[in-house]
Amino acid sequence: MSAVLTVAASELRIGLRNRWVLMATLLLAGLSLALAFLGTAPGGTIDAGRLTVTTVGLASLATYLVPLIALLLAYDAIVGELDRGTMLLLLSYPLARHEIVLGKFLGHVVVVAIAVVLGFGAAALAVAATGDIRAGELWLFARLVGSSILLGAAFVGLGHLASCLVRDRNTAAGLAIGIWLVLVLLFDMGLLGALVADEAGSFSKHVFPWLLIANPADAYRLFNLSGLPSIEQLSGMAGLAKAARPAPALLLASIVAWILLPLALTTARFRRREP
Amino acid sequence: MTAPALVLDDVGKRYGASDAVRAVTLDLRAGEVMALLGPNGAGKTTLMKMILGLTRPTEGAITVLGGAPGAAEARRQSGYLPESVAFNPALTGRETLRFFARLKGRDRAEVEHLLGRVGLAEAAHRRVGTYSKGMRQRLGLAQALLGEPRLLLLDEPTSGLDPILRRAFYEIIAELKARGTSILLSSHVLTELEARTDRAAILRDGRLVALDSLADLRRAAGLPVRIRVEGRPATLEAMTRDFGARPMNGHAVELFCPAERKIETLRRIADLPVEIDDLELVPPSLDEVYAHYGAPTARTPGDGR
Repeated sequence: MSAVLTVAASELRIGLRNRWVLMATLLLAGLSLALAFLGTAPGGTIDAGRLTVTTVGLASLATYLVPLIALLLAYDAIVGELDRGTMLLLLSYPLARHEIVLGKFLGHVVVVAIAVVLGFGAAALAVAATGDIRAGELWLFARLVGSSILLGAAFVGLGHLASCLVRDRNTAAGLAIGIWLVLVLLFDMGLLGALVADEAGSFSKHVFPWLLIANPADAYRLFNLSGLPSIEQLSGMAGLAKAARPAPALLLASIVAWILLPLALTTARFRRREP
Repeated sequence: MTAPALVLDDVGKRYGASDAVRAVTLDLRAGEVMALLGPNGAGKTTLMKMILGLTRPTEGAITVLGGAPGAAEARRQSGYLPESVAFNPALTGRETLRFFARLKGRDRAEVEHLLGRVGLAEAAHRRVGTYSKGMRQRLGLAQALLGEPRLLLLDEPTSGLDPILRRAFYEIIAELKARGTSILLSSHVLTELEARTDRAAILRDGRLVALDSLADLRRAAGLPVRIRVEGRPATLEAMTRDFGARPMNGHAVELFCPAERKIETLRRIADLPVEIDDLELVPPSLDEVYAHYGAPTARTPGDGR
């Protein structure tokens, strides 16, 4: 276990010095603050606190940015070290390969967590400084922070998997971009297209909800947006049929599965790889 | 005599259809320094990777410090310096060494000691990305020395080091040897190995073609001794006429004679009725010995299998 923590601490240090990660984190913090200041003018009939409104905005923002930060950190983790020749030396030390994978995963997840807490925390502080926070809103916000870190962990795992499947860094970077495009952007577009074509047929009723759960980015969005009645009005989710609204536990389980599966595959694959 | 630090028994490694290493048998005694020689692609790095347990031999068996290669205990007690070693450029030298020290269960005092020993104490707070190749190489050596290893595997350890650092490096090697550390090191700079190694193993196309002390290898190679004579034109003329010497420039000639006829030849030269300004006797250099064993057409005394 101490080897895992040693690798994790080193990865944390390296991650915090990663310029791309720093830029993405600043972007996240900047946009979060913008949402807190500009996007919190609740109109007319909607009865929602300002932190709730901000939370909805942050969830949409994080769906795009948190996977990006995670992938930026992770895609280089294994192929980069093999490429630079640093892995050969590390493998000659008394630690098992799964400890390397686990340590890198842990270190990168902590970097994502720091980015999320800093970015969203700034927004929450801005809201608190300029107005009241209602009871119950903090819980909503905590759910957002926690699930964002889980989402980040899922994409760290996917990035590591990409990193150990390919032979050079550029391919890993391309694969990471592909993962982001497909899971965060194209998947939703495809679903939307299918919904329109289907016109409330059997696909919309039976397949669509499961597809939403199956994608970690969608599961995350649903988890945060469909939590409270007041949120559904804000996010336009009220239109979704009751049947298409999965239980939060199921959504979380989907994200956790997306963390564990890539982690297991990465470990299995990395064990067999000869430096 | 304690048990050998390293035993290779008929070890082979096959990648697809080609053999990287074939039937290598050798043992490294406690406190022995062995040079691993051979042209690029001869299998030196593959051999080291197998000893480290990073890749499995397809044939034969390896014993490292009494255990299997790659076993936790063997790894804790051995140090490895890979060829053209690299580190994460974002970390400082000290952070890098502390990281490796923690993995080996060593404390920070040892890190500071080793940083000083390889001459990196001043640069330890700088990021490795700003280091020169020689500095990276020294950091690489420092990490290999962590935990007072009983077995050191050094792949091209002196590449990128200037002559002064090379000397400091070999001083460290001598110190470790005195304390009983067994060292296997590969190098291209053969002349510097001469006085520092007990035995040399020469690999060619994955085969062990020679394994002996350098003096014995030199003798077995039967390479001629070179004699260089300086003198007046009359002297050079006599040398050319009587000994078939080859003119080198306006005032020197050289000739080759078998090692066993060295004394006799010298006596005959001394008996010449001409004046000799200077005479130089050059034994075959390690480079020549190496070329003899390493060249594709050489006979292969160690390859009896």
